[in-house]
Amino acid sequence: MALLEVDNLSVRFGKRPVVAGVSFAIERGERFGIIGESGSGKTLTAMAITGLLPDGARQEGDIRLDGEPLPRAEKPMARLRGKRFGIVFQEPMTALNPLMRVGEQIAEAVRLNQGPQAGVPQLLQEVGLDPAHARRFPHQLSGGQRQRVMIAMALASQPDMLIADEPTSALDLITQKRVLDLIAEICTRRQMALLFISHDLKAVAALCSRVAVMHDGKLIEAGPADAVFRTPQADYTRRLIAASKLASAGPARRPDGETLLEARGLVRDYRHNGFWRWQEKPLRAVDGVSFSLSRGECVALVGPSGCGKTTLARIIAGLDSASGGELVFEGETYHGRDLPRGQRRDLSLVFQDPFGSFNPRQTIAQSVGEPLRLLPDLSPMDRHQRVVEAVAAVGLDAGMLERYPHEFSGGQRQRLAIARALVTRPKLVVLDEPVSALDVSVRGEVLALLARLREEYGLSYLCISHDLDMVRAIADRILVMEAGRIVEEGTPETLFAQPQHRLTRELVAARLPDVA
Amino acid sequence: MTHWRLHPSLWLGLGAGLFFALLALVSLVWTPFPIEEINIGRRFQGPGPVHWLGTDHLGRDMTSLIMAGTFTSFLVSALAVAIGAGIGVPLGLLAASWGGVPEWLVLRFSDFLFAFPAIIVAILITALFGPGAINAVLAIGIFNIPVFARVARGGALSFKTLDFIAAARLAGMGNGEIAFRHLLPNIMSLVIVQGTIQLSLGILAEAGLSYVGLGTQPPATSLGLMLRDAQGVFLIHPWLSVLPGLSIVAIVIALNLAGDGLRDAIDPRLRAESGTYGAA
Repeated sequence: MALLEVDNLSVRFGKRPVVAGVSFAIERGERFGIIGESGSGKTLTAMAITGLLPDGARQEGDIRLDGEPLPRAEKPMARLRGKRFGIVFQEPMTALNPLMRVGEQIAEAVRLNQGPQAGVPQLLQEVGLDPAHARRFPHQLSGGQRQRVMIAMALASQPDMLIADEPTSALDLITQKRVLDLIAEICTRRQMALLFISHDLKAVAALCSRVAVMHDGKLIEAGPADAVFRTPQADYTRRLIAASKLASAGPARRPDGETLLEARGLVRDYRHNGFWRWQEKPLRAVDGVSFSLSRGECVALVGPSGCGKTTLARIIAGLDSASGGELVFEGETYHGRDLPRGQRRDLSLVFQDPFGSFNPRQTIAQSVGEPLRLLPDLSPMDRHQRVVEAVAAVGLDAGMLERYPHEFSGGQRQRLAIARALVTRPKLVVLDEPVSALDVSVRGEVLALLARLREEYGLSYLCISHDLDMVRAIADRILVMEAGRIVEEGTPETLFAQPQHRLTRELVAARLPDVA
Repeated sequence: MTHWRLHPSLWLGLGAGLFFALLALVSLVWTPFPIEEINIGRRFQGPGPVHWLGTDHLGRDMTSLIMAGTFTSFLVSALAVAIGAGIGVPLGLLAASWGGVPEWLVLRFSDFLFAFPAIIVAILITALFGPGAINAVLAIGIFNIPVFARVARGGALSFKTLDFIAAARLAGMGNGEIAFRHLLPNIMSLVIVQGTIQLSLGILAEAGLSYVGLGTQPPATSLGLMLRDAQGVFLIHPWLSVLPGLSIVAIVIALNLAGDGLRDAIDPRLRAESGTYGAA
């Protein structure tokens, strides 16, 4: 008999079904993955299994554990949840209590479980943390360490099954690989079943023996991982697999060698606000960065989270000022916010998060046309023409201009954000993680769009990312950044073939193998 | 649309609040009897066919007094909200979008105002300019300023970190323009909710000020003034105190329900129909 059986599960809010007729079974010790994009219902499926559905959700269908239906009452369900399931959430910062030492939080999870007791030090050791970390608070740990603490808490009750909902999507590449390896190792050692939920095909492929694909609340395809990835039956699965392999954009215009942007010894210090400010050593986010970028070139800046790459992007775009060093853009020297108004039209920024980058109370036409303020000579007709052109250039219809941002999907919003960046016809576009907030199936489209626009308008890009595969697909040259410094530089081919610096080697090694 | 069923308290509160507001407006053009008409011969009458809610110690018609008193209360409170929002919201936006020294000044200024309850401000103003409805408006209005300043600042700060503000900055907008074009429209809903709640607090404050004799002066009337007039005869004619008291309670509850309902209706987390739930 299977450990967990889900039979014809449906979840609806009001009349709208968000999970419809999902059935699957997980055997003891089996690693099962659910793949789906945002809104596919994969998280709600996991919440239904653990009895954690939000208020207002109505659940139909059966979920059986060891052949017994799950109790509907809150109290027995809570006891069962604590005992049989270990749960790891996506965002490790908000899942931990910020005011409790992590050791106490793990001890609490141990205490709530009446079965055989495991010690906190052993649990920490099992997830690869030094037992001394028990005395720390969550904010003193890195993202990967917090996720390890979450896993230790999930293991405290000796569960039969670990449910992990996007456990690595908030982590950078190197940490992701380590956490995935850890989960695989623990599941093997404890003979524990795993329900792994992710949008990342490669992560699922690396971890799971059987997978299911969800789309629009329905289970489209399920089977052994190999079979699904090698010979996908459903159209949607095929598209998803194709999209996960980022094709190189093909031969781009060769840079003509003329320098467009140059950074010389950029430094950015942050001072902590506080009474004793003269005693504190400033935090150096960017530490003596120098590089140059030619007209028509696409340079990528790669590094783990917290290495200062976003700060650097903000300084270059003129949102923040450097504490030392200088930038030269088209022969004009500046240090950040003092970027001359006349130059601002030639330099624009595409933000990471397509949901925060539009004012929800303004129409798309207003938002996309906003940078045109930098070109005061344009007549209203020309202005409108520019907006229509920019929106058409990113493949959207000008009829959408009077709508509001919430009516668009994440991918469409990112296209609109690119349209806004292009509306002043800039020479350099800074891309801050342009696709990392997007679903797998639209990432490829947006990257292809960026490549096409570069070709058509002769743009230069400075692309900031932690994703090596993405960078390889679009960049002419890669800079690797660690702790505010650039530690290695090279073309994608040489960097991937012979990484020199320790970090580069780790980054290259942390890439998950392609599916199929 | 099934929205009203989702927020019954909003519609109940708005309905009752509008009823009282309408009653107050009608008193401008018509009351059953003129409120200045004193007729000692018919004083202390109970509710009856001529005087629907009876008469007070001077023989004035209670229905007319309640209508006119409600109008005064609403007017004083609404003007005070207008003063508070008109000064407080710009101050809050200034603090949020400039930061640094202006923010420090605004925060200390509002701390300073918070330290004085409305009643102390009212006594101060009365000592300077004499009692009256206008001075009650000023006192309550000054009391409202820091409330709106904090709400505006808090709301604006939560939007300020979003990328669309950075995008506006890239487009060459200054702090003032960002505050006016991007922050203000987004915090408007918060301000409206706070306005409803301050309106009900203002009605309470006006009643309190009139009760101690610092607000509305006779022959004009307000609900608080009616309470003050009736307190001497409370044991013999409790009806005369109960009636204005109940009116105050009903108005305040109605406005609070409306404010809470508005907050729920506006809060995107509770917007059930169109949102996507927990989708990762």
